Amino acid sequence: MTLDLVVGKTEEIAPGIRELTLVRPDGRLPPYPAGAHVVVECGHGRRNAYSLTGCGVEPDAYRIAVLHIPDGDGGSAYVHGLRVGDRVRVSRPRSAFPPVATARRHLLVAGGIGITPMLAHVRAALRWDRPVELLYVHRPGVAPYAEELAGLLGDRLVESTDPDEFGRLLQAALREQPIGTHLYVCGPGPLMDRVLTDAAAAGWPPERLHLERFVPAALDPGREFVARLARSDRDVHVPSGTSLLDALHAAGVAVPSMCRQGVCGECRVPVLAGRPLHRDEFLAADERSDAVMCCVSRSETDALEIDL
Amino acid sequence: MTRRLARFPFPFRADTYRYSTNVEPARVPVETEAGSWGTGILDVDDEYGPELAERAAVLDRDPARLQVLSHMRPACWDALHTVLGELAAQHPDRMSLERTGPDLVWRNALLGIEQRFTDGDDASLPGGPLGFLGSQVQDDIVLLDQREGSLWADAGIVTFAADWSMRFDVGMRFLEVHGPVPRVHEEGIISRAERFLMRLQPGQEYRRTNWTMSVDRRLDQSTEIYPEWGPDRRAIADADGDELARRLHLRVEVQHLVRLGHSGAVMFLIRTYLASLAELATVPAWRERFGRVLAELPEDMADYKGLDRFRGAAARWLLAN
Repeated sequence: MTLDLVVGKTEEIAPGIRELTLVRPDGRLPPYPAGAHVVVECGHGRRNAYSLTGCGVEPDAYRIAVLHIPDGDGGSAYVHGLRVGDRVRVSRPRSAFPPVATARRHLLVAGGIGITPMLAHVRAALRWDRPVELLYVHRPGVAPYAEELAGLLGDRLVESTDPDEFGRLLQAALREQPIGTHLYVCGPGPLMDRVLTDAAAAGWPPERLHLERFVPAALDPGREFVARLARSDRDVHVPSGTSLLDALHAAGVAVPSMCRQGVCGECRVPVLAGRPLHRDEFLAADERSDAVMCCVSRSETDALEIDL
Repeated sequence: MTRRLARFPFPFRADTYRYSTNVEPARVPVETEAGSWGTGILDVDDEYGPELAERAAVLDRDPARLQVLSHMRPACWDALHTVLGELAAQHPDRMSLERTGPDLVWRNALLGIEQRFTDGDDASLPGGPLGFLGSQVQDDIVLLDQREGSLWADAGIVTFAADWSMRFDVGMRFLEVHGPVPRVHEEGIISRAERFLMRLQPGQEYRRTNWTMSVDRRLDQSTEIYPEWGPDRRAIADADGDELARRLHLRVEVQHLVRLGHSGAVMFLIRTYLASLAELATVPAWRERFGRVLAELPEDMADYKGLDRFRGAAARWLLAN
């Protein structure tokens, strides 16, 4: 399920933000829906998810834009260090933030580098004549794709660099939409929380709100527990601050994993006894009693018996 | 061994049959006692011309077999590109899809056609994208939209339904469409299947088989025309052995489930195969296995599949030798 791609172009499109154009010399690239991402292998076992900015119909390249995070785990620095001709391994596109086909209207809200999936949403909306507008808040002088979006959207793009002004624009946008509008938001955590709170206060039902967390929600380290491996009759100690997935790997137990953010569903493990502390966005409500996503979730009980 | 039997997707892997979430990856060949099937997503076989002519005739009589809710236009175009591209890849000597900007040319030497059209322009294709696609593949096609935590059967071209109706089902949730099937809800099979489908990532392809029986080689058994085929199911119960074996058919659907890349819709391709009891009986292992499955099949399942009146006679004939 991975693609071996080559860097066709790399360009700094805003201070600290680099756009990578990835091509596939030996074949066509799979199409993808707006809002899809790829997981990029960033060396030393690091894997980061990045949104694809193209429209996704018969793509000739995959384009991602990466903000350099100096105190991160090195994944963004790795991407910034890539040069034309370098090989990159990425997952096939994964869709977790698609447009809703029945929406009467699409209200997009982006903060900073959270603009990347919105660029794809804008292109898809224009391709299919879907009513769309974009509210884009960014720091002065750091506005990736602002010019391109202005060309695509005209006065359907509203930009702001001031938090107070953004707040007023958001309030207005939330109250002016016709019934049946869907809202999509991507940006830093506080921005998304604000949009969701204001939308709820303005009477938006949760089914019409869609969010993409480009930085996984910071999870608290959680308390320690014991994972009881039923099949191999072993106990694995999971300390505070260590994920169940990492603890299992350290104990030599192979569990497939992908996003490590509780989104993709790869690392699902059946639960036999104990009560999981779910922190994922993958499992349905009726699956939560007998499965756990071990990359992010932990245990409410002192011991969690799993089918491994 | 006839060519038809050599490619027939005989669906039974045991002497009993129950519903299950029986999905497996597509494009993996299955060896059978008579040959093999399942190498590709699409199966252009000897029935290609006749079956497409039959679909055209059905649509001519009843255009409502093609249903497209307006928000499904992107999904219809996605299906068209995906399936025509697949056909061209499988049959490069006889089919091709060429693109110059927004202008496309589809050539199909098997049908002797060259169709020019403009990407995204419904009016540039006879029948629109989904209607035209239905004139190029033997499969019925259903497109499911995903939203609000459910799948919705919002578009389809279905001329060879086994006692259901696209016109009736269009706009329904996946769970509603399967409302009448006995057992599957109590056992959680449909909700498991829906969850599985909703998690398919762009480009993923799976398949499953389903089966029932029909009288004669009649592909169109839509609910709309029940009066045309329903009475035969009663009459056949009184037929003598030879007529029973010649007219009663095992009807197998190979369903491919594909997550379309751009639209995100789930595409169901439903290809129907028919083989009479007499044909099946030329493969001794099939004769015996199908006989046992029919004899053992619980009453409610036989009733739902519409087999209750003749399955006893069919089982007896198959197991007689």
